[in-house]
Amino acid sequence: MTTASLEGALKRTPFYEKHVALGAKIVPFAGYEMPVQYAQGLMAEHKAVRERCGLFDVSHMGEFIITGDRAVDFVNYVTTNDVGALELGQVHYSTILNDRGTIEDDCLVYRFPDKIMMVVNASNVAKDFAHIARHAGRFGVQITDVSDSIGLLALQGPLAAGILQPLTKTDLSAIKYYHFTEGEVAGMPMIISRTGYTGEDGFELYHDVKYSDKLWDALVGAGDVTPAGLGARDTLRLEMGMALYGNDIDDTVTPLEANLGWLVKLKKGDFVGKPVLDEQKAHGVPKKLIGFTLGDRNIARHGYPVFTANGQASGTVCSGTMSPTLGIPIGTAYLPTAEAKDGATFEIEIRGKRVPATVVKPPFYKDASHL
Amino acid sequence: MSDVPDNLLYTEDHEYVKPTDDANVVAIGITDYAQGELGDIVYIELPKVGATFGAHDVFGTVEAVKAVSELYSPIAGEVVAVNDRLDKEPALVNSAPYGDGWMIKLRLKDAGETKQLMNAEAYEAHLGSASH
Repeated sequence: MTTASLEGALKRTPFYEKHVALGAKIVPFAGYEMPVQYAQGLMAEHKAVRERCGLFDVSHMGEFIITGDRAVDFVNYVTTNDVGALELGQVHYSTILNDRGTIEDDCLVYRFPDKIMMVVNASNVAKDFAHIARHAGRFGVQITDVSDSIGLLALQGPLAAGILQPLTKTDLSAIKYYHFTEGEVAGMPMIISRTGYTGEDGFELYHDVKYSDKLWDALVGAGDVTPAGLGARDTLRLEMGMALYGNDIDDTVTPLEANLGWLVKLKKGDFVGKPVLDEQKAHGVPKKLIGFTLGDRNIARHGYPVFTANGQASGTVCSGTMSPTLGIPIGTAYLPTAEAKDGATFEIEIRGKRVPATVVKPPFYKDASHL
Repeated sequence: MSDVPDNLLYTEDHEYVKPTDDANVVAIGITDYAQGELGDIVYIELPKVGATFGAHDVFGTVEAVKAVSELYSPIAGEVVAVNDRLDKEPALVNSAPYGDGWMIKLRLKDAGETKQLMNAEAYEAHLGSASH
């Protein structure tokens, strides 16, 4: 978690009062007071999302709107995925690099007819804005940070579509995974995006904060919807092997090292960080992010020391938890490329004791309603 | 609010000491507040019968989904019983921290040492200052 932003006043999302009323445990996260879990607890919330439907407040996320004739070219230049390949109404996952080819942030890119929306991590909003704004002039585009005026709820789980459909005239079955449309939910205008960070089917609803209160009530009142906190969000995304900025990826690694090569389109034309990635593509990467499991009752957590099979230090655990769905410890770490093979073993130091770990290819959980 | 029973003694690290039928033996566990802070507990590592600990020594580890915490012996003594149920049912510490979720029983080295522990009122005040 980000602790750097603990200094100074913490912000609140428009749903803060809802969280408090539900008995949520509130923690500082990325400069916001966020619910880490509600009264039911992480396990129950996690299970609700895997089996039924959960509701997450992710309003802390940052949103930039990019306009101008060359908005697509601009976003293509500051991100690694191919924005030109996006259809109108399509979303993709991408990364923002610096000149060293390492990751400044991961993001979602939404293509509208007249604009692009980038969704970035809360802790990186100011940094990302400054980083990409340097190139705006050359492309003649305008970037607007609308983070504070947009509320965002993620309705996630196999039952999500069935729960949301009665609240909207939009035919949800017509929205494919990683596509979006503008429509109404409970009579309020919003962006209905079939995306999420859980591996389950679901929707993210971007809306003006003035509708937040009513939207929460409408969704919670719509059926079997369990409010879920950041704790469950983290265990759900880790079971899917999805990266968390600050843990699995940061500005010390490139997307090729972080198993995010699928987000890098080297043939699309020039973009920030490309020369380094061209070089790595040609000559290989020195290390790779891997998923691992380890023996029962050895939970490796963020920061625990990692050693290769022959005892060479290899950084620390990026993410680690007990998988609530699988009931086994899971995690991620970087290993030298030669060692980063499926089924290979290495060691993790847990409270002074080195225990064996095994490399496994994520996702750890393979039965999610959307992979 | 966290449950803080009147008849127990407490440490700043959120362990409790509970009297048993034997005046020289106490049951030890973590408080309702502590289990709430940890969240869903998935594994507890406890010592074996016969192990001895001084006050503030680490006697075990609690693993929750999101956090790990060491367990500190509130008082010096020898382990005379371990709650084996917690091996298969660690969540008992969440559901009944003062009952079936007890962890070990210690034969006290010096019964007078309990005077250094907090009573319920002092522990509640401690919680008040810990959670602002």
